[in-house]
Amino acid sequence: MAGSNPNAKPMNLTLNVWRQPNRQAQGKIVEYHVKDISPDMSFLEMLDVLNEDLLRGGQDPVAFDHDCREGICGSCDLFINGRSHGPEKGTTTCQLHMRKFSDGDTITIEPWRANSFPVNKDLSVDRSAFDRIIQAGGYVSVNTGGAPDGNEIPIPKEISDRAFEAATCIGCGACVAACKNASAMLFVSAKVSQLSLLPQGHVERKTRVENMVAQMDKEGFGACTNIGSCAAECPVGISLENIAILNREFLAAKATSNNLA
Amino acid sequence: MSWITKTLTSSIGRKIIMALTGLFLCSFLVVHLIGNLQLFKHDQGAAFNTYSHFMGTNPIIRTIEWGLVLGFGFHIFEALVLTRRNKAARGAQGYVSNHSEQNSEWTSRNMGILGSIILIFLIVHLYNFFWRARFAGDLPKMGGADPLTSDYDNLYMAVVSSFHIWWYVLLYVAAQISLGYHLWHGFRSGFQTLGLNHRKYTPLIKYVGYIFAVVVSAGFASMPLYFFLFTNAQGEMAANAPAFLHTVASAF
Repeated sequence: MAGSNPNAKPMNLTLNVWRQPNRQAQGKIVEYHVKDISPDMSFLEMLDVLNEDLLRGGQDPVAFDHDCREGICGSCDLFINGRSHGPEKGTTTCQLHMRKFSDGDTITIEPWRANSFPVNKDLSVDRSAFDRIIQAGGYVSVNTGGAPDGNEIPIPKEISDRAFEAATCIGCGACVAACKNASAMLFVSAKVSQLSLLPQGHVERKTRVENMVAQMDKEGFGACTNIGSCAAECPVGISLENIAILNREFLAAKATSNNLA
Repeated sequence: MSWITKTLTSSIGRKIIMALTGLFLCSFLVVHLIGNLQLFKHDQGAAFNTYSHFMGTNPIIRTIEWGLVLGFGFHIFEALVLTRRNKAARGAQGYVSNHSEQNSEWTSRNMGILGSIILIFLIVHLYNFFWRARFAGDLPKMGGADPLTSDYDNLYMAVVSSFHIWWYVLLYVAAQISLGYHLWHGFRSGFQTLGLNHRKYTPLIKYVGYIFAVVVSAGFASMPLYFFLFTNAQGEMAANAPAFLHTVASAF
């Protein structure tokens, strides 16, 4: 297979892949071998090659989540060699390239593990718990009618930058997968701090954090113990400072909101 | 449930209780360490025994003591509840391959194990000193010419004799190493949980925490080691003790 780098030598790899027919079934690791993998392929393209081989052999292909393959949608979610999105820092699985591996390597590929992320099939997991947390409060109210002027509300550059940093969260779930406690607090904190930093988010500021944390607990995610695995594995570099902001926002909302429930 | 109990039993609420009790227990460690430094004073335990008598009988201290009991109680209780919750959240099926050592510190991931070692130590420690001083009443009296202090318990001699038992010294040192690692993560973690994270102050909090962990654990560990290695059965410094210890002792 021709890559863009003429010196790149094709690789042969051993894959230990988690196979599980459906949500109820017991899964297991199955060993596969792939040949002539170009170092220029992405990790997902390497799995495409595996699946073509499996289909040619009349076997069930490996199910895995993917969509944009550009590192922005947050669909791909593989636990590769014991790390969320594999060994490279600040990268989603789709942007991880096979040049990060060597010929003859054995690669273990597992789905995200968390009680709140049930495995649908093989490597594909159900992350709808994240959607329900966002539905609980990850939105802002806007006026209908004429479009407001773009710079009508003054926002300091420093604040808008920090809000933007938090807004880069793609909701992939790498934080939950890496966390010893399967805590979703980095994800929730990214959304809460993004919206609480900006004036547009102030309308629902208190109810947002109360409802999102309540939903997070209801979904059964763990509680953060400030280990920091989440931030280290986050493909977009969401920092632990956001979790401190979440805790602050939560405490302030609980102490001052009119919500007695 | 009222909004208060709902807040305090939520994931963040329980973390906040962990942080508040943890930092409160840090303040206790400081007081306990400073008080215990009197063990090093060369007065056959007079200062230490007077201090112990004060701590055991003063009504204000006895009241604050209940705060300490609650502090430990809630810290341990919340740790158990959160650990159970977090284990359940992780799910029954673990990873076949998990390289968490590449993304986090060992101490941060093993606070429960470190805390359990400290708890075992705490039970032995309380039984050996606190229980005997407060409830058992089997400690020898100080004696001596001073009528004010002659009927004080001689806790100093209980400390000296305990610190000549090798396995007891070993337990102490192991527990203090665990405490050091526990504080290494716990100190900064407490501030983070309370939302006290700021790019100006967090680096400072982190390094103060590291220094705190080392100074406190080394300070406590130095006591059993000193008595075991450098003193006789009466707590008097042996002649073969390093010269600097004699220099320090004579300075007081």
